[in-house]
Amino acid sequence: MIEKILVLEVVLPLLAAPVCVLVRHPRFCRLFSLGVVAACFAIAVALLVEVRGGGVISYQLGGWPPPLGIEYRVSTINAYLLALVTAMALVVFSFDSRGGPPRVPEQRRHLYYAVFLLCISGLLGIAITGDAFNIFVFLEISSLSSYILVSLGGHRRAVMSAFYYLVMGTIGGVFFMLGVGLLYQATGTLNLRDIAARLEPSLDDRGTVLALALLVVGISIKLAVFPLHHWLPNAYSFAPPKVSAFLAATATKVSFYLLAMVLFTIFGAPFVFEELRLQAVLLPLSILAMFLASGAAIFQTDLRRLLAYSSVAQIGYMTLGLSTANATGLAGGLVHLFNHAVMKGGLFLVVACLLYRVGSVHIDALAGIGRRMPLTSAALVIGGLSLIGVPGTVGFVSKWYLVSGVLERGWTAAAVLILLSSLLALVYVGKVVEVVYFRKPAETQPIDHVREAPLGMLAPAWVLAAAAVFFGLTTDWTYGVAREAAELLLAGGI
Amino acid sequence: MSSETTILVALLLPVLAAVSCLLLGGGLGRPNLRDIATPLIGACTFAAVWRLARDVLAGGRPELVLFEVLPGVELAFQVEPLGLLYGLVASGLWIVTSIYAVGYMRGHHEHNQTRFFTFFALSIFAALGIAFASNLFTLFLFYEALTLLTFPLVTHHGTDEARRAGRIYLGILLFTSISFLLFAILFTWRLTGTIEFTPGGILGAETSSGMVTVLLLLYAFGAGKAALMPFHRWLPNAMVAPTPVSALLHAVAVVKAGVFAILKIVVYVFGLDLLRGSDASLSLMTIASFTMLMAAVIAIRQDNLKARLAYSTISQLAYIVLGAAMATATGILAGGMQIAMHAAGKITLFFCAGAILVATHKKKVSELDGLGRTMPWTFAAFFLASLSIIGIPPLGGSWAKWYLMVGALETGFAWQAAFLGVLMLSSLLAVFYLMPVVVRGFFAASPSAGPSGSAGGDRKPIAEAPFLCVAPLVLTALLSLALFFVAGDLASLLHF
Repeated sequence: MIEKILVLEVVLPLLAAPVCVLVRHPRFCRLFSLGVVAACFAIAVALLVEVRGGGVISYQLGGWPPPLGIEYRVSTINAYLLALVTAMALVVFSFDSRGGPPRVPEQRRHLYYAVFLLCISGLLGIAITGDAFNIFVFLEISSLSSYILVSLGGHRRAVMSAFYYLVMGTIGGVFFMLGVGLLYQATGTLNLRDIAARLEPSLDDRGTVLALALLVVGISIKLAVFPLHHWLPNAYSFAPPKVSAFLAATATKVSFYLLAMVLFTIFGAPFVFEELRLQAVLLPLSILAMFLASGAAIFQTDLRRLLAYSSVAQIGYMTLGLSTANATGLAGGLVHLFNHAVMKGGLFLVVACLLYRVGSVHIDALAGIGRRMPLTSAALVIGGLSLIGVPGTVGFVSKWYLVSGVLERGWTAAAVLILLSSLLALVYVGKVVEVVYFRKPAETQPIDHVREAPLGMLAPAWVLAAAAVFFGLTTDWTYGVAREAAELLLAGGI
Repeated sequence: MSSETTILVALLLPVLAAVSCLLLGGGLGRPNLRDIATPLIGACTFAAVWRLARDVLAGGRPELVLFEVLPGVELAFQVEPLGLLYGLVASGLWIVTSIYAVGYMRGHHEHNQTRFFTFFALSIFAALGIAFASNLFTLFLFYEALTLLTFPLVTHHGTDEARRAGRIYLGILLFTSISFLLFAILFTWRLTGTIEFTPGGILGAETSSGMVTVLLLLYAFGAGKAALMPFHRWLPNAMVAPTPVSALLHAVAVVKAGVFAILKIVVYVFGLDLLRGSDASLSLMTIASFTMLMAAVIAIRQDNLKARLAYSTISQLAYIVLGAAMATATGILAGGMQIAMHAAGKITLFFCAGAILVATHKKKVSELDGLGRTMPWTFAAFFLASLSIIGIPPLGGSWAKWYLMVGALETGFAWQAAFLGVLMLSSLLAVFYLMPVVVRGFFAASPSAGPSGSAGGDRKPIAEAPFLCVAPLVLTALLSLALFFVAGDLASLLHF
């Protein structure tokens, strides 16, 4: 039974998108897409429960057995990603933006929902499929639709950022495609497990090494690994706030999965981390990301840009977990996917609340907002504390395992640097909190008219803020699953 | 009520106090009820902790395991003698302070009183969480919570000065706790695979001496609330907070959280046997001695009364760190005692400083001339508490100093007599920074009196602070006196 509904995970949003285009009624589209996303979430949770503890569910499209046909294959790590993406999509879709800024015109709102659904189905497809070319297709579906979503930001610069994102994303996509091509040349198959089984990577084989390089660089662009992150701050700060929340919480996470899968499943940890020693590149870049991007975040005057730079830094934590190549560190990186999604998604929803009521998230415009919008500001504080990694929040759980993993590897200095870099988060979060609570509003920008955000916005933001605390204290379904996934990856499975 | 429930009740009562503050003060607009509710709930909290004391004295170690946070890491509590002592001190003095705070906040017409009392109660919650923590994770969780929950209290006035102080407060406390304490905890976890407080310690004898030294210093500086130099600057800065905050939090709950953590870590993570006579012990003793003397010297030069008391606190906290660093039974006993004795003494001194501020709006030592005659109760209490801090019998503080001196001679270091000298010198310095206040108050001519200073004719009427301010400070002064006579009970409780 569960194999039958597995395919619906991708098919539902894929089919729902044209339905939205055909029906055109904005209110219907909103509720319909919410329903579809909820169904996807339910399926993802069912899959996760099913495969937890080492199960695998496989579905052969059209009944063609792999490696000839396309196989959808769900193990712990895939189910974890599916649950993550659909959960975030559900929260973001239930956020009632009330046509608040930016205003997508009523007559084009249905297209917005259609594109959003396409983006989700693309992301879910990447996470679910066991076929390399299929991944490329879904990668392009999700990327193209996210360029459109970003361009809807209303501001003129949104279009520019979307274009820049498109150029970078396409370069990344081409790199990925070339990498897949080389792998196909080397192995004659596109099924991931089949590639992994046939590939015998060695340093002497230029083609294989080149394939790895192309794949890693291509995915790194999509993942915004420092220094390939340039598209991200603009895209996140000019996209519609709901889109920023969704992309920040999911798009980079799926790319991270892809990177981990390429490194561990296809090429295998022994080749990548012992022969090739990729960590010699990945570790310094991760640490640079943590420090430089956090440092850049400190100097931002726009809350969205600040959060976007913080995202680049947080991706540094994830890749750092990857470069430890041990179960603890990799699990730390993987659990940070979820943890970061929860906190950053929540923070971008707070941004959406602030934009709706205040009209700007420039740091000066937020002076004294703490009194006018106490609940929104409290959610901002919780998200901020989580970014710093205060115990009792999800950020702490990630940090705990990342540092443990790094220490296990014997990299004491890197452990110290992780902790020190979280102090930079303290600075940029502290800066915002101080403005929100202590600075007097400027006389030119009276805030007397500002009221608390409406419930339809506040509730989703608070769901994520509460999740940031809840999953900071109970980690069985976050760290527990991430640990299983990490062990699976290290064993070369998927 | 089983001891498990008692722990839970003791922890949750301050939260209840916070909620009732919010409801009564905020939602329902009944500030009088709010100000009655807090001391009442405080009394209940104290009673709950007191009940745990019976179990602990009988040799029990009441436990409460809430749930597993990470695999192998639980949110769990266990009451042992040190934690019990800290819990008793924090919850007991909270009752007095919440009464005092009512008098102070109203006498001083402070704004945002509801927010103030709410965060105050939550801070006590965090302090009790630290007291009863049964592993390093739980300790760290509440330790950070205490920092964050006291932040709104430090910045209560919202002025530029308060914001600056708040920035330093968070900056230093979070910097030390994240980069030193958390690192040390993770390193311990890596070395031993556990972070449970265990009698006899969890670090095995195979840990190299260099590693032990590094870890001990990481822990000692990481518990930044202990205000060891050079990470002490947050404490004098935090004095911009309203006086009740300085009194309970920055003389008792917050700073004691730091030294308590150090004591507890020395006893239950390192184990006394591992540390006794080691390089680690000697280096921490040296740092503590340096802090003790430097802070005392700086205190003498402070004219602002609260700043002077703050530096005195830094100096007195170093006594506790010194006791912990000795890693002998006597040292731990002395450290534990000093937690209680210094708490009673220093809270009185801060209450007095606040009472003087409310009654006369004076903040500087140099302005206090002759005030003792108009505020006799306040200055008498200040005198008694000063004696306790200096360590003169028959005040409680003398026992702590006595045991520290005994302990210093038991460490077996070649230079152990030097620590004895440091302790004596520090007490002498305490005379110099505390006694001038009393002397000025009682003996100097008040500035309004003519240069002739003719006695009799210009006798001023008594003008004390409001009753709700004066009564608590008299009470705590008497408590310092009483502690001298119950020191035997404390000693039997802190028998390691």
